[in-house]
Amino acid sequence: MMQPAESTVDAAEVAKFEAMAAEWWDPNGKFKPLHMLNPCRLDYITQQIAAEFGRDLTTPEPFKGLRLLDIGCGGGLLSEPMARLGATVVGADAAERNIPVARVHAEQSGLTIDYRHTTAEALAAAGEQFDVVLNMEVVEHVADPLAYLTACRQLLRPGGLHLCSTINRNPKSFAMAIVGAEIIMRWLPKGTHDWKKFITPDELFDLLRQSGVDPVDRKGFVFNPIAWTWSISDRDLSVNYVTASVKPE
Amino acid sequence: MDNPVQARILRCMSYDSDIIIVGGGLNGPALGLALADAGQTVTIIDALPAQAREQDTFDGRSYALALASQKMLSAIGIWGAVGDHAQPMLEIKVSDGRAGEGPSPFILEFDHAEIEEGPMGYMVEDRYLRVAFLDALAQHPKVTHLSGETVVAQDIEPSGATVTLASGRRLRGKVLVGADGRKSGTAERAGISRTGWDYGQTALVCAIGHERPHNGIAHQFFMPPGPLAILPLPGNRSSIVWSETHDMAARINAMDDADYMDTLRPRFGDFLGDIELAGVRFSYPLNLTLANAFVKPRLALIGDAAHGVHPIAGQGLNLGLRDVGALAEVLVDAARRGEDIGAINVLERYQTWRRWDTATLAAATDGFNKLFSNDNPILRGVRDLGMGVVNSMPNLRRRFIREAAGLNGDLPRLMLGRPL
Repeated sequence: MMQPAESTVDAAEVAKFEAMAAEWWDPNGKFKPLHMLNPCRLDYITQQIAAEFGRDLTTPEPFKGLRLLDIGCGGGLLSEPMARLGATVVGADAAERNIPVARVHAEQSGLTIDYRHTTAEALAAAGEQFDVVLNMEVVEHVADPLAYLTACRQLLRPGGLHLCSTINRNPKSFAMAIVGAEIIMRWLPKGTHDWKKFITPDELFDLLRQSGVDPVDRKGFVFNPIAWTWSISDRDLSVNYVTASVKPE
Repeated sequence: MDNPVQARILRCMSYDSDIIIVGGGLNGPALGLALADAGQTVTIIDALPAQAREQDTFDGRSYALALASQKMLSAIGIWGAVGDHAQPMLEIKVSDGRAGEGPSPFILEFDHAEIEEGPMGYMVEDRYLRVAFLDALAQHPKVTHLSGETVVAQDIEPSGATVTLASGRRLRGKVLVGADGRKSGTAERAGISRTGWDYGQTALVCAIGHERPHNGIAHQFFMPPGPLAILPLPGNRSSIVWSETHDMAARINAMDDADYMDTLRPRFGDFLGDIELAGVRFSYPLNLTLANAFVKPRLALIGDAAHGVHPIAGQGLNLGLRDVGALAEVLVDAARRGEDIGAINVLERYQTWRRWDTATLAAATDGFNKLFSNDNPILRGVRDLGMGVVNSMPNLRRRFIREAAGLNGDLPRLMLGRPL
């Protein structure tokens, strides 16, 4: 569980990373919206993986033997649950500062996760292969979605699962994600999202097909402002939504 | 965590079990079995020695289990051993009365035939529940049951909770659950304060044998000093919960059994024929104590440790089992999605689920009792009128019956008889 290399890290640096990890993992802190969405995202992710690979979620470590990549891992909000369920996890983030933060927290949680400062494209070029690629809330931030999704496909073994979530493009998503989340609630820093980069579910399905995977499912993540919780919806994909695709054998 | 080496060692300590439950009464073991069935490893620490819980002579203690609670006991495999000794409650009759005058003509009658799920609940003696739980805990491969052990210290750190026992043994888990009653040491050590109310009454509890059969009917008489509940036990026996002012209760408690029964008889009436004491007399001052938080990081309180309520409608255990169902469901769902089950945002789901229910019941029980424990003629008129109205409206009556059966509200899966 211990990473021997950690012992060479400066103690003051560790303290700083611990403070940043505490911020990432504070359910009422800066990343509150992600923490609120997380159970709903995890329900979708775990159910899709279980269905695709024939795993039973009621057994301990159901994802044992599966190699999983979490792109845009941040502080590890998805990587840690996947590792806890037994998957062999690589967490990748293009933001270098997130990597030691995520490492410190995984160590505190007693989890072994391979966090790397890298991109999907670089991992694909290195020939890395995974059973599952988690690509959650990333595609709306990339410059060339098709090139990015193609790299995600290259990272999958045949029969592998690509889960991709993002935000729809319509007046409601503009109101919710930008006016609501960024300006009124201040859940997200202003400028987090560029509405023009948002992608409709049909556009995403087309892009996924062009990238070389078969889209098999799509669902909405819907926020209920009265219960103050998120839930998965078959019909309402009007703001946040998620897709599942399989790489052909 | 000033010393990084020490911090590392703490972090690398493994867990003795996933869940550590302090309290070996009924809620703690029920939670332990529910979680263990769903794959979690559980340690239950009980201050009482096992021999104390093995006694199977009838000591007069019994519970009115709502139907939803009975479904949960089925789901966790306890009901098989208890069901044969349980008395179904087929009807509840509520009436206003004054000692010596008998019940008022306005009687509320709740008959289980008006709901489709079955009887409203069951009367179960404590001795059968205790033994059934002990057996189930002993047989479960994922449960470690430590009897006669007390917790002397607890330590919550970011990745786990550790308790130190009087024997010096230390146990570490992902979540520490306080099921240690209204004087919960677990809550106190965690710095959780409590809010309390005193009802100014003491409940006198005993079992009686009677001449005529009760036909599965439970009675609740509301009398000026406080309510008298007569709850049917198997055979020609009933359990009595009888509330009096503290002063009066102290006087009655000081009486010998013969005088005690002579005091009870006129309140009871003669509708079941001759009555006699069966078992030990108990007495509990009626007060309500509510923990100001049900959760903290890596810690949750259930049952009386979270909320000790007035046992006026036998709701203490039923409320506790709702906590059990809700907490088990929250923890198991979180574990299955890979979340850290001791994280505060996971445990807060349990608190959000249970706090409202608890607060409304505490307030309702308080208000209900104040309205009925009163000899003010105007209030008496109001409540008689209220009873007549409720009685004449089938929908409202069904709602009351479903409430008594514990079937209203957002029920945990276990209380619907479904597995986790």
